[in-house]
Amino acid sequence: MPVSAPLLLNASGCLDALAAPEVARSLDGFVTKTITPEPREGNPPVRVAETEAGMLNSIGLANPGRKRFLAQTLPRLRCLERPIWVSVGGFSATDYAETCAAIDGCDGVATVELNLSCPNVDEAPEGAAEIVAACRAATCLPLYAKLSPAAWDLAEVARAVEAAGADGLSLVNTMRGLALDPRTLRPRLATGGGYSGPALKPIALAAVYACARAVELPIVGMGGVRSGLDALELIAAGATMVGLGTILFSDPAAGARIRGELALEVAERDIAHPLELHRAAHSSLQMAGSSFDNGEQKMPGNRQQSTA
Amino acid sequence: MRRERLRVAGVEAVGPYALLRVARGGLDPGRPGQFFMLEAPGRVLPRPMSLCVAPPRELAFLIDPIGSGTRALCALGQGDVLHVLGPLGHGFDLDVVRPLLVGGGIGVAPLPYLSEVLGHPPALLGFRTGWHAQAAALLSNAEVCIEPTYVTELLPEEPHDVLACGPEPMLEALRALVPDAQLAWEAPMACGYGACHGCAVEIDGELRRLCLEGPVLRAMPREELVADSN
Repeated sequence: MPVSAPLLLNASGCLDALAAPEVARSLDGFVTKTITPEPREGNPPVRVAETEAGMLNSIGLANPGRKRFLAQTLPRLRCLERPIWVSVGGFSATDYAETCAAIDGCDGVATVELNLSCPNVDEAPEGAAEIVAACRAATCLPLYAKLSPAAWDLAEVARAVEAAGADGLSLVNTMRGLALDPRTLRPRLATGGGYSGPALKPIALAAVYACARAVELPIVGMGGVRSGLDALELIAAGATMVGLGTILFSDPAAGARIRGELALEVAERDIAHPLELHRAAHSSLQMAGSSFDNGEQKMPGNRQQSTA
Repeated sequence: MRRERLRVAGVEAVGPYALLRVARGGLDPGRPGQFFMLEAPGRVLPRPMSLCVAPPRELAFLIDPIGSGTRALCALGQGDVLHVLGPLGHGFDLDVVRPLLVGGGIGVAPLPYLSEVLGHPPALLGFRTGWHAQAAALLSNAEVCIEPTYVTELLPEEPHDVLACGPEPMLEALRALVPDAQLAWEAPMACGYGACHGCAVEIDGELRRLCLEGPVLRAMPREELVADSN
Protein backbone atom coordinates (compact mmCIF):
# COMPACT_ATOMS: atom_id res chain seq x y z
CA MET A 1 0.00 0.00 0.00
CA PRO A 2 1.56 3.33 -0.99
CA VAL A 3 2.26 5.78 1.81
CA SER A 4 0.17 8.38 -0.01
CA ALA A 5 -3.00 6.23 0.05
CA PRO A 6 -5.96 8.26 1.30
CA LEU A 7 -6.47 7.56 4.94
CA LEU A 8 -8.29 10.32 6.80
CA LEU A 9 -11.76 11.58 6.01
CA ASN A 10 -14.41 13.25 8.13
CA ALA A 11 -17.51 11.42 9.25
CA SER A 12 -20.40 12.54 7.08
CA GLY A 13 -22.65 15.13 8.63
CA CYS A 14 -20.09 16.70 10.91
CA LEU A 15 -18.35 19.04 8.50
CA ASP A 16 -19.75 21.92 6.53
CA ALA A 17 -16.66 22.17 4.35
CA LEU A 18 -17.56 25.60 3.01
CA ALA A 19 -17.73 27.00 6.52
CA ALA A 20 -14.48 25.30 7.54
CA PRO A 21 -12.38 24.94 4.38
CA GLU A 22 -9.10 24.55 6.24
CA VAL A 23 -10.50 21.54 8.10
CA ALA A 24 -11.58 19.94 4.82
CA ARG A 25 -8.16 20.61 3.31
CA SER A 26 -6.45 18.98 6.30
CA LEU A 27 -8.03 15.65 5.34
CA ASP A 28 -7.31 13.30 2.43
CA GLY A 29 -10.87 13.75 1.24
CA PHE A 30 -14.04 15.08 2.77
CA VAL A 31 -17.60 13.83 3.00
CA THR A 32 -20.35 16.39 2.43
CA LYS A 33 -23.33 16.85 4.66
CA THR A 34 -26.09 14.55 3.46
CA ILE A 35 -27.95 15.75 0.37
CA THR A 36 -31.65 14.98 0.00
CA PRO A 37 -33.81 15.57 -3.10
CA GLU A 38 -35.57 18.56 -1.54
CA PRO A 39 -34.11 21.26 0.72
CA ARG A 40 -34.38 20.56 4.45
CA GLU A 41 -34.18 23.19 7.12
CA GLY A 42 -33.28 20.51 9.65
CA ASN A 43 -34.61 19.84 13.11
CA PRO A 44 -35.69 22.62 15.48
CA PRO A 45 -33.28 23.71 18.21
CA VAL A 46 -31.88 22.61 20.61
CA ARG A 47 -29.67 20.49 18.35
CA VAL A 48 -26.61 19.51 20.37
CA ALA A 49 -25.98 18.35 23.92
CA GLU A 50 -22.89 17.01 25.60
CA THR A 51 -23.22 13.90 27.75
CA GLU A 52 -20.80 12.14 30.09
CA ALA A 53 -18.81 10.34 27.39
CA GLY A 54 -19.99 11.81 24.13
CA MET A 55 -22.53 14.11 22.59
CA LEU A 56 -25.95 14.01 21.00
CA ASN A 57 -26.80 15.82 17.80
CA SER A 58 -30.12 16.33 16.13
CA ILE A 59 -29.32 18.37 13.03
CA GLY A 60 -31.87 16.47 10.95
CA LEU A 61 -30.12 16.46 7.56
CA ALA A 62 -30.26 20.24 7.07
CA ASN A 63 -29.17 20.75 3.46
CA PRO A 64 -29.93 22.91 0.42
CA GLY A 65 -31.46 20.05 -1.58
CA ARG A 66 -30.10 18.31 -4.65
CA LYS A 67 -30.70 21.08 -7.18
CA ARG A 68 -29.02 23.85 -5.21
CA PHE A 69 -26.25 21.52 -4.08
CA LEU A 70 -25.34 20.76 -7.70
CA ALA A 71 -25.69 24.34 -8.91
CA GLN A 72 -24.17 26.25 -6.02
CA THR A 73 -22.47 24.11 -3.39
CA LEU A 74 -20.58 21.57 -5.46
CA PRO A 75 -18.72 24.14 -7.62
CA ARG A 76 -17.48 25.82 -4.44
CA LEU A 77 -16.52 22.50 -2.85
CA ARG A 78 -14.40 21.73 -5.91
CA CYS A 79 -12.26 24.76 -5.10
CA LEU A 80 -11.05 22.95 -1.97
CA GLU A 81 -9.14 20.60 -4.28
CA ARG A 82 -9.78 17.46 -2.28
CA PRO A 83 -11.64 14.33 -3.38
CA ILE A 84 -15.31 14.92 -2.61
CA TRP A 85 -17.45 12.17 -1.14
CA VAL A 86 -21.08 13.15 -1.56
CA SER A 87 -23.31 11.83 1.20
CA VAL A 88 -26.68 10.98 -0.29
CA GLY A 89 -29.89 10.62 1.70
CA GLY A 90 -33.56 10.18 0.98
CA PHE A 91 -36.76 8.47 1.94
CA SER A 92 -37.09 5.93 -0.87
CA ALA A 93 -34.76 4.01 -3.14
CA THR A 94 -35.85 6.34 -5.97
CA ASP A 95 -34.75 9.40 -3.95
CA TYR A 96 -31.28 7.96 -3.54
CA ALA A 97 -31.00 6.72 -7.13
CA GLU A 98 -32.09 10.02 -8.65
CA THR A 99 -29.49 11.92 -6.66
CA CYS A 100 -26.82 9.38 -7.67
CA ALA A 101 -27.78 9.81 -11.31
CA ALA A 102 -27.61 13.59 -10.99
CA ILE A 103 -24.14 13.43 -9.40
CA ASP A 104 -22.82 10.86 -11.86
CA GLY A 105 -20.19 12.47 -14.02
CA CYS A 106 -19.83 15.62 -11.92
CA ASP A 107 -16.23 16.80 -11.72
CA GLY A 108 -14.55 16.39 -8.37
CA VAL A 109 -16.93 13.78 -6.99
CA ALA A 110 -14.82 10.80 -6.02
CA THR A 111 -17.36 8.66 -4.21
CA VAL A 112 -21.00 8.49 -3.21
CA GLU A 113 -21.70 7.58 0.38
CA LEU A 114 -25.26 6.38 0.89
CA ASN A 115 -26.53 7.51 4.27
CA LEU A 116 -28.68 4.51 5.11
CA SER A 117 -28.74 5.13 8.82
CA CYS A 118 -29.43 8.70 9.98
CA PRO A 119 -30.94 8.42 13.45
CA ASN A 120 -32.37 11.94 13.30
CA VAL A 121 -35.07 11.56 10.70
CA ASP A 122 -38.27 9.72 11.40
CA GLU A 123 -39.05 8.58 7.88
CA ALA A 124 -37.83 4.99 7.53
CA PRO A 125 -35.99 4.37 4.28
CA GLU A 126 -36.37 1.17 2.35
CA GLY A 127 -34.05 -1.74 2.83
CA ALA A 128 -30.35 -0.98 2.54
CA ALA A 129 -29.74 -3.53 -0.22
CA GLU A 130 -32.66 -2.27 -2.27
CA ILE A 131 -31.35 1.29 -2.11
CA VAL A 132 -27.83 0.20 -3.02
CA ALA A 133 -29.13 -1.80 -6.00
CA ALA A 134 -31.13 1.18 -7.28
CA CYS A 135 -28.11 3.45 -6.94
CA ARG A 136 -25.82 0.90 -8.56
CA ALA A 137 -28.00 1.06 -11.64
CA ALA A 138 -27.87 4.87 -11.59
CA THR A 139 -24.15 5.59 -11.32
CA CYS A 140 -20.70 4.26 -12.05
CA LEU A 141 -19.24 6.18 -9.11
CA PRO A 142 -17.93 4.12 -6.19
CA LEU A 143 -20.76 3.52 -3.73
CA TYR A 144 -20.11 3.32 0.00
CA ALA A 145 -22.97 2.25 2.28
CA LYS A 146 -23.01 4.02 5.66
CA LEU A 147 -24.59 1.65 8.13
CA SER A 148 -25.96 1.92 11.63
CA PRO A 149 -24.31 -0.10 14.37
CA ALA A 150 -27.79 -0.69 15.76
CA ALA A 151 -28.62 -3.31 13.12
CA TRP A 152 -29.41 -6.65 14.73
CA ASP A 153 -27.05 -8.46 12.37
CA LEU A 154 -24.72 -5.90 10.89
CA ALA A 155 -22.58 -8.44 9.04
CA GLU A 156 -25.71 -9.70 7.31
CA VAL A 157 -26.54 -6.17 6.20
CA ALA A 158 -22.96 -5.80 4.97
CA ARG A 159 -23.25 -8.99 2.92
CA ALA A 160 -26.56 -7.79 1.47
CA VAL A 161 -25.22 -4.41 0.35
CA GLU A 162 -22.10 -6.05 -1.05
CA ALA A 163 -24.29 -8.39 -3.12
CA ALA A 164 -26.34 -5.37 -4.25
CA GLY A 165 -23.26 -3.70 -5.68
CA ALA A 166 -21.73 -1.57 -2.93
CA ASP A 167 -18.03 -0.82 -3.35
CA GLY A 168 -17.35 -0.15 0.31
CA LEU A 169 -18.77 0.37 3.78
CA SER A 170 -18.72 3.37 6.12
CA LEU A 171 -18.94 2.17 9.71
CA VAL A 172 -20.51 3.48 11.86
CA ASN A 173 -23.17 6.14 12.01
CA THR A 174 -24.25 7.56 15.37
CA MET A 175 -26.52 5.59 17.70
CA ARG A 176 -29.88 6.97 18.73
CA GLY A 177 -29.67 8.41 22.23
CA LEU A 178 -31.51 10.60 24.69
CA ALA A 179 -30.32 13.08 27.31
CA LEU A 180 -32.52 14.60 29.99
CA ASP A 181 -32.19 17.98 31.61
CA PRO A 182 -31.17 17.26 35.22
CA ARG A 183 -33.50 19.96 36.57
CA THR A 184 -36.65 19.51 34.50
CA LEU A 185 -36.11 15.84 33.57
CA ARG A 186 -37.31 16.73 30.09
CA PRO A 187 -35.34 15.87 26.89
CA ARG A 188 -32.48 18.30 26.32
CA LEU A 189 -32.86 18.17 22.53
CA ALA A 190 -36.01 19.04 20.64
CA THR A 191 -35.93 15.52 19.19
CA GLY A 192 -33.94 12.41 20.07
CA GLY A 193 -30.35 12.55 18.92
CA GLY A 194 -27.46 10.67 17.38
CA TYR A 195 -24.87 9.69 19.96
CA SER A 196 -21.22 10.13 19.00
CA GLY A 197 -17.85 10.69 20.60
CA PRO A 198 -15.54 8.53 22.71
CA ALA A 199 -18.27 6.15 23.90
CA LEU A 200 -18.87 5.07 20.30
CA LYS A 201 -15.35 3.69 19.76
CA PRO A 202 -15.85 0.12 21.06
CA ILE A 203 -19.10 -0.07 19.09
CA ALA A 204 -17.33 1.08 15.93
CA LEU A 205 -14.51 -1.39 16.49
CA ALA A 206 -16.97 -4.24 16.90
CA ALA A 207 -18.84 -3.23 13.75
CA VAL A 208 -15.70 -2.88 11.63
CA TYR A 209 -14.36 -6.12 13.01
CA ALA A 210 -17.54 -8.06 12.27
CA CYS A 211 -17.99 -6.63 8.77
CA ALA A 212 -14.33 -7.12 7.85
CA ARG A 213 -14.85 -10.82 8.49
CA ALA A 214 -18.12 -10.91 6.58
CA VAL A 215 -17.24 -9.08 3.35
CA GLU A 216 -14.27 -8.20 1.17
CA LEU A 217 -15.25 -4.55 0.82
CA PRO A 218 -12.98 -1.68 1.89
CA ILE A 219 -14.21 -0.04 5.08
CA VAL A 220 -14.10 3.54 6.35
CA GLY A 221 -13.99 3.14 10.11
CA MET A 222 -15.32 5.91 12.34
CA GLY A 223 -16.66 6.38 15.82
CA GLY A 224 -14.95 8.05 18.75
CA VAL A 225 -11.55 8.50 17.13
CA ARG A 226 -9.50 11.01 19.12
CA SER A 227 -5.92 9.89 18.57
CA GLY A 228 -3.58 8.18 16.16
CA LEU A 229 -3.84 5.03 18.23
CA ASP A 230 -7.65 5.09 17.95
CA ALA A 231 -7.27 5.31 14.16
CA LEU A 232 -4.77 2.47 14.16
CA GLU A 233 -7.14 0.29 16.18
CA LEU A 234 -9.86 0.75 13.57
CA ILE A 235 -7.36 -0.17 10.85
CA ALA A 236 -6.37 -3.24 12.83
CA ALA A 237 -10.05 -4.16 13.10
CA GLY A 238 -10.39 -3.99 9.32
CA ALA A 239 -10.74 -0.37 8.18
CA THR A 240 -8.65 0.98 5.31
CA MET A 241 -9.69 4.58 5.90
CA VAL A 242 -10.65 6.42 9.07
CA GLY A 243 -13.29 9.08 9.57
CA LEU A 244 -13.05 11.85 12.16
CA GLY A 245 -16.24 13.23 13.65
CA THR A 246 -16.82 14.68 17.09
CA ILE A 247 -13.10 15.29 17.64
CA LEU A 248 -13.16 17.92 14.87
CA PHE A 249 -15.54 20.01 17.00
CA SER A 250 -13.10 20.34 19.87
CA ASP A 251 -9.95 20.22 17.73
CA PRO A 252 -10.33 21.51 14.17
CA ALA A 253 -6.66 20.62 13.58
CA ALA A 254 -7.23 16.98 14.60
CA GLY A 255 -6.52 15.77 11.04
CA ALA A 256 -2.90 16.91 11.10
CA ARG A 257 -2.43 15.88 14.73
CA ILE A 258 -3.80 12.37 14.24
CA ARG A 259 -1.77 11.94 11.07
CA GLY A 260 1.34 12.81 13.09
CA GLU A 261 0.39 10.46 15.91
CA LEU A 262 -0.24 7.67 13.41
CA ALA A 263 3.24 8.22 11.98
CA LEU A 264 4.68 7.87 15.49
CA GLU A 265 2.67 4.70 16.14
CA VAL A 266 3.95 3.28 12.88
CA ALA A 267 7.56 4.24 13.61
CA GLU A 268 7.38 2.68 17.08
CA ARG A 269 6.21 -0.56 15.50
CA ASP A 270 9.00 -0.40 12.94
CA ILE A 271 6.73 -0.50 9.91
CA ALA A 272 6.34 1.88 6.97
CA HIS A 273 2.59 2.52 6.82
CA PRO A 274 -0.37 2.08 9.15
CA LEU A 275 -2.12 -0.13 6.60
CA GLU A 276 0.52 -2.78 7.20
CA LEU A 277 -1.52 -3.40 10.36
CA HIS A 278 -4.77 -3.70 8.40
CA ARG A 279 -6.75 -6.58 9.96
CA ALA A 280 -4.04 -7.14 12.57
CA ALA A 281 -6.79 -7.74 15.14
CA HIS A 282 -7.96 -10.70 13.12
CA SER A 283 -4.60 -12.41 12.97
CA SER A 284 -4.12 -11.95 16.70
CA LEU A 285 -7.48 -13.61 17.19
CA GLN A 286 -6.03 -16.84 15.84
CA MET A 287 -3.42 -16.70 18.58
CA ALA A 288 -5.84 -15.66 21.28
CA GLY A 289 -7.31 -19.08 21.71
CA SER A 290 -10.76 -20.38 22.30
CA SER A 291 -11.95 -18.03 25.02
CA PHE A 292 -12.13 -15.09 22.61
CA ASP A 293 -13.73 -17.29 19.97
CA ASN A 294 -16.43 -18.28 22.42
CA GLY A 295 -17.15 -14.68 23.25
CA GLU A 296 -17.25 -13.77 19.60
CA GLN A 297 -19.99 -16.28 18.87
CA LYS A 298 -22.31 -14.13 20.93
CA MET A 299 -21.66 -11.12 18.75
CA PRO A 300 -24.48 -10.47 16.29
CA GLY A 301 -23.23 -10.54 12.75
CA ASN A 302 -20.53 -13.14 13.02
CA ARG A 303 -22.60 -16.21 12.49
CA GLN A 304 -21.39 -16.95 8.99
CA GLN A 305 -17.80 -15.86 9.31
CA SER A 306 -15.09 -17.99 7.83
CA THR A 307 -12.23 -19.38 9.83
CA ALA A 308 -9.82 -16.97 8.15
CA MET B 1 -9.28 30.44 12.66
CA ARG B 2 -6.58 30.21 15.30
CA ARG B 3 -6.33 27.78 18.21
CA GLU B 4 -3.64 27.97 20.87
CA ARG B 5 -2.77 26.33 24.14
CA LEU B 6 -2.90 29.14 26.69
CA ARG B 7 -1.82 29.32 30.32
CA VAL B 8 -4.22 30.38 33.07
CA ALA B 9 -3.07 33.65 34.67
CA GLY B 10 -5.70 33.59 37.40
CA VAL B 11 -9.29 32.82 38.37
CA GLU B 12 -11.15 35.36 40.52
CA ALA B 13 -14.60 35.12 42.08
CA VAL B 14 -17.06 37.82 41.00
CA GLY B 15 -20.19 37.14 43.04
CA PRO B 16 -21.34 33.66 41.94
CA TYR B 17 -19.31 33.92 38.75
CA ALA B 18 -15.60 33.36 38.02
CA LEU B 19 -13.39 35.59 35.92
CA LEU B 20 -10.96 33.27 34.15
CA ARG B 21 -7.87 35.10 32.91
CA VAL B 22 -5.55 33.41 30.41
CA ALA B 23 -2.33 34.59 28.80
CA ARG B 24 -3.29 35.86 25.37
CA GLY B 25 -0.56 34.12 23.39
CA GLY B 26 -0.95 34.92 19.71
CA LEU B 27 -4.73 35.18 19.80
CA ASP B 28 -6.43 38.39 18.80
CA PRO B 29 -9.05 39.65 21.29
CA GLY B 30 -11.36 40.36 18.36
CA ARG B 31 -14.39 42.62 18.37
CA PRO B 32 -16.61 42.87 21.44
CA GLY B 33 -19.38 40.29 21.21
CA GLN B 34 -17.25 37.75 19.39
CA PHE B 35 -16.57 34.53 21.27
CA PHE B 36 -13.93 31.89 21.90
CA MET B 37 -14.24 28.12 22.28
CA LEU B 38 -12.59 27.16 25.58
CA GLU B 39 -11.44 23.61 26.20
CA ALA B 40 -13.33 22.36 29.25
CA PRO B 41 -11.01 19.96 31.08
CA GLY B 42 -12.26 16.39 31.00
CA ARG B 43 -15.22 17.20 28.79
CA VAL B 44 -15.92 16.12 25.18
CA LEU B 45 -16.86 19.55 23.83
CA PRO B 46 -15.37 23.01 24.34
CA ARG B 47 -17.56 25.82 25.69
CA PRO B 48 -18.33 29.09 23.87
CA MET B 49 -17.47 32.20 25.90
CA SER B 50 -17.53 35.82 24.82
CA LEU B 51 -14.56 37.91 25.80
CA CYS B 52 -15.30 39.89 28.97
CA VAL B 53 -12.16 41.94 29.48
CA ALA B 54 -9.00 42.33 27.45
CA PRO B 55 -6.24 43.19 29.91
CA PRO B 56 -2.77 43.69 28.39
CA ARG B 57 -1.47 40.34 27.09
CA GLU B 58 -4.48 38.52 28.57
CA LEU B 59 -7.99 37.40 27.67
CA ALA B 60 -10.57 37.22 30.45
CA PHE B 61 -13.88 35.33 30.43
CA LEU B 62 -16.75 35.64 32.91
CA ILE B 63 -18.13 32.17 33.61
CA ASP B 64 -21.25 31.04 35.45
CA PRO B 65 -20.57 27.56 36.88
CA ILE B 66 -23.92 26.03 36.06
CA GLY B 67 -22.91 22.79 34.33
CA SER B 68 -20.13 20.25 34.12
CA GLY B 69 -18.13 22.19 31.53
CA THR B 70 -18.39 25.60 33.14
CA ARG B 71 -17.61 24.09 36.56
CA ALA B 72 -14.49 22.47 35.09
CA LEU B 73 -13.42 25.83 33.68
CA CYS B 74 -14.01 27.59 37.00
CA ALA B 75 -11.94 24.93 38.77
CA LEU B 76 -8.86 25.77 36.70
CA GLY B 77 -5.95 27.27 38.61
CA GLN B 78 -3.05 29.56 37.83
CA GLY B 79 -0.56 27.78 35.58
CA ASP B 80 -3.04 25.28 34.15
CA VAL B 81 -3.27 25.20 30.35
CA LEU B 82 -6.22 24.94 28.01
CA HIS B 83 -6.84 25.15 24.28
CA VAL B 84 -8.63 28.28 23.13
CA LEU B 85 -10.03 28.82 19.61
CA GLY B 86 -11.04 32.22 18.37
CA PRO B 87 -12.14 34.91 18.05
CA LEU B 88 -15.25 33.56 16.31
CA GLY B 89 -18.54 34.85 14.97
CA HIS B 90 -19.84 38.37 14.46
CA GLY B 91 -19.54 40.85 17.30
CA PHE B 92 -21.27 44.18 17.90
CA ASP B 93 -21.35 46.84 15.21
CA LEU B 94 -19.36 49.64 16.84
CA ASP B 95 -20.56 52.34 14.47
CA VAL B 96 -23.05 53.74 16.98
CA VAL B 97 -23.94 57.34 17.85
CA ARG B 98 -25.60 57.10 21.26
CA PRO B 99 -24.79 53.69 22.72
CA LEU B 100 -26.63 52.17 25.66
CA LEU B 101 -25.39 48.81 26.91
CA VAL B 102 -28.02 46.50 28.39
CA GLY B 103 -27.18 43.27 30.18
CA GLY B 104 -28.89 40.66 32.28
CA GLY B 105 -27.27 38.10 34.57
CA ILE B 106 -24.30 36.29 33.04
CA GLY B 107 -25.23 38.18 29.86
CA VAL B 108 -23.14 41.07 31.17
CA ALA B 109 -20.10 38.98 30.11
CA PRO B 110 -19.30 40.76 26.81
CA LEU B 111 -20.19 44.24 28.07
CA PRO B 112 -17.04 45.29 29.99
CA TYR B 113 -14.90 44.89 26.85
CA LEU B 114 -17.59 46.57 24.75
CA SER B 115 -17.78 49.42 27.27
CA GLU B 116 -14.05 49.95 27.14
CA VAL B 117 -13.93 50.00 23.33
CA LEU B 118 -16.87 52.45 23.14
CA GLY B 119 -15.42 54.81 25.78
CA HIS B 120 -17.60 53.79 28.73
CA PRO B 121 -21.11 54.70 27.57
CA PRO B 122 -24.05 54.32 30.00
CA ALA B 123 -25.05 50.76 30.85
CA LEU B 124 -28.17 49.23 32.34
CA LEU B 125 -27.67 45.90 34.10
CA GLY B 126 -30.21 43.58 35.70
CA PHE B 127 -29.51 40.76 38.14
CA ARG B 128 -31.38 38.20 40.21
CA THR B 129 -29.72 39.16 43.50
CA GLY B 130 -27.23 41.61 44.92
CA TRP B 131 -24.68 38.82 44.98
CA HIS B 132 -24.99 38.36 41.20
CA ALA B 133 -24.85 42.15 40.81
CA GLN B 134 -21.21 42.16 41.93
CA ALA B 135 -20.47 41.58 38.24
CA ALA B 136 -21.58 45.16 37.58
CA ALA B 137 -18.26 46.31 39.03
CA LEU B 138 -16.54 45.01 35.87
CA LEU B 139 -17.71 48.07 33.95
CA SER B 140 -18.12 51.71 34.85
CA ASN B 141 -21.08 54.00 34.28
CA ALA B 142 -23.61 51.23 35.00
CA GLU B 143 -27.05 51.53 36.54
CA VAL B 144 -28.05 48.31 38.30
CA CYS B 145 -31.47 46.85 39.01
CA ILE B 146 -32.36 43.73 40.96
CA GLU B 147 -35.39 41.49 40.33
CA PRO B 148 -38.33 42.04 40.48
CA THR B 149 -37.27 45.21 38.63
CA TYR B 150 -36.29 44.51 35.03
CA VAL B 151 -33.98 46.48 32.75
CA THR B 152 -36.80 46.96 30.26
CA GLU B 153 -38.65 49.02 32.89
CA LEU B 154 -35.71 51.42 33.15
CA LEU B 155 -35.01 52.09 29.48
CA PRO B 156 -34.70 55.85 28.87
CA GLU B 157 -37.37 57.41 26.68
CA GLU B 158 -34.94 59.14 24.34
CA PRO B 159 -33.65 56.92 21.52
CA HIS B 160 -30.37 55.07 21.96
CA ASP B 161 -28.30 52.57 20.04
CA VAL B 162 -28.99 49.56 22.26
CA LEU B 163 -26.36 46.84 22.45
CA ALA B 164 -27.52 43.99 24.66
CA CYS B 165 -26.80 40.53 25.96
CA GLY B 166 -28.82 38.51 28.41
CA PRO B 167 -31.39 35.78 28.87
CA GLU B 168 -33.75 35.11 25.98
CA PRO B 169 -36.88 36.63 27.64
CA MET B 170 -34.91 39.86 28.16
CA LEU B 171 -33.76 39.91 24.53
CA GLU B 172 -37.30 39.21 23.29
CA ALA B 173 -38.69 42.03 25.45
CA LEU B 174 -35.95 44.39 24.31
CA ARG B 175 -36.43 43.79 20.61
CA ALA B 176 -40.12 44.48 20.97
CA LEU B 177 -39.25 47.87 22.48
CA VAL B 178 -36.13 48.72 20.43
CA PRO B 179 -36.46 47.36 16.89
CA ASP B 180 -32.92 48.20 15.83
CA ALA B 181 -31.18 46.88 18.94
CA GLN B 182 -28.11 44.72 18.54
CA LEU B 183 -28.69 41.54 20.55
CA ALA B 184 -26.12 38.89 21.48
CA TRP B 185 -27.88 35.49 21.57
CA GLU B 186 -26.79 32.25 23.13
CA ALA B 187 -27.10 28.59 22.11
CA PRO B 188 -25.37 25.31 22.93
CA MET B 189 -22.53 24.87 20.44
CA ALA B 190 -20.40 21.91 19.46
CA CYS B 191 -17.76 23.40 17.14
CA GLY B 192 -18.25 27.17 17.14
CA TYR B 193 -16.82 27.53 13.62
CA GLY B 194 -19.68 26.57 11.33
CA ALA B 195 -18.95 22.88 10.75
CA CYS B 196 -21.76 21.20 12.66
CA HIS B 197 -24.93 23.32 12.26
CA GLY B 198 -25.65 22.57 15.92
CA CYS B 199 -26.14 26.12 17.19
CA ALA B 200 -29.21 27.04 15.15
CA VAL B 201 -31.73 29.21 16.97
CA GLU B 202 -35.18 30.11 15.75
CA ILE B 203 -35.77 33.83 15.47
CA ASP B 204 -38.94 35.05 13.77
CA GLY B 205 -39.51 31.62 12.30
CA GLU B 206 -36.06 31.53 10.72
CA LEU B 207 -33.28 29.20 11.80
CA ARG B 208 -30.09 31.20 12.25
CA ARG B 209 -26.68 29.62 12.81
CA LEU B 210 -25.42 31.66 15.73
CA CYS B 211 -21.73 30.86 15.35
CA LEU B 212 -21.58 32.19 11.79
CA GLU B 213 -24.46 34.68 11.56
CA GLY B 214 -24.22 35.80 15.21
CA PRO B 215 -23.97 35.69 18.07
CA VAL B 216 -24.86 39.38 17.66
CA LEU B 217 -27.92 39.88 15.48
CA ARG B 218 -29.99 42.97 14.77
CA ALA B 219 -33.44 42.88 16.29
CA MET B 220 -35.89 43.52 13.53
CA PRO B 221 -39.62 42.95 13.38
CA ARG B 222 -40.83 40.19 11.08
CA GLU B 223 -42.32 42.67 8.59
CA GLU B 224 -38.91 44.16 7.94
CA LEU B 225 -37.32 40.75 7.60
CA VAL B 226 -39.89 39.87 4.96
CA ALA B 227 -39.38 43.20 3.22
CA ASP B 228 -35.61 42.64 3.22
CA SER B 229 -35.91 39.23 1.64
CA ASN B 230 -38.10 40.51 -1.18
